[in-house]
Amino acid sequence: MVDFLTGLLMVIGSIFCLVAAVGVVRLPDALIRMHAATKAGTLGTGLLIIAEALFYQQLGISLRAATVIVLVLLTAPVAAHLIGRAFYHSDESLSDRTWIDELRSQKGKNI
Amino acid sequence: MISADSFIHLAGLAALAMLLIGMVLVLWRLARGPTAADRVIALDLLSMLVVAFLVTVSIHARETSYLDVAIAYACIAFLGTVALARYISRTSRKRSEKNQGDHRNG
Repeated sequence: MVDFLTGLLMVIGSIFCLVAAVGVVRLPDALIRMHAATKAGTLGTGLLIIAEALFYQQLGISLRAATVIVLVLLTAPVAAHLIGRAFYHSDESLSDRTWIDELRSQKGKNI
Repeated sequence: MISADSFIHLAGLAALAMLLIGMVLVLWRLARGPTAADRVIALDLLSMLVVAFLVTVSIHARETSYLDVAIAYACIAFLGTVALARYISRTSRKRSEKNQGDHRNG
């Protein structure tokens, strides 16, 4: 039963990672690609790490797996925020289909 | 009925194959661009996929020390992404300040 769950989590997690990669290739501009990469990538990696903790069922492995999950959950949003901010302030145009840009009045200021 | 060991073996092979396909797709985006931010996003996702790959290899090969490699790699990849993002925002800020200066002088 646990082995079955482990295999299922591995397949689902890697499908999410694949979806993140397809999103990075197919979506129209950098901000949207960043969303696909961060959200789906974090979820897929997290599921794979949970599969690892389930597979070994030892305290040391579970603690290390928890460390990796906490690291990924803490660093991925920070990195995505920094990249999105850099992209928005680098005068590159957004996608044609973007029709709400609430930061436009602040653009060019040092925020 | 398939045995548990061979089920995990097959699931691990499928997961490794999907992660490899994902890495190839992300490498295409890394080469293509078109902006610097796109390349940094591709690098960020690539490092996350490498962490996922290391974890999967650690299950598939039954070798727990790959998990320690994944921890170290996650830390270093975060530092690299932050450095590149700050580099992009600094160069674009310098460029816009220079453009404003040119506008004022001309």
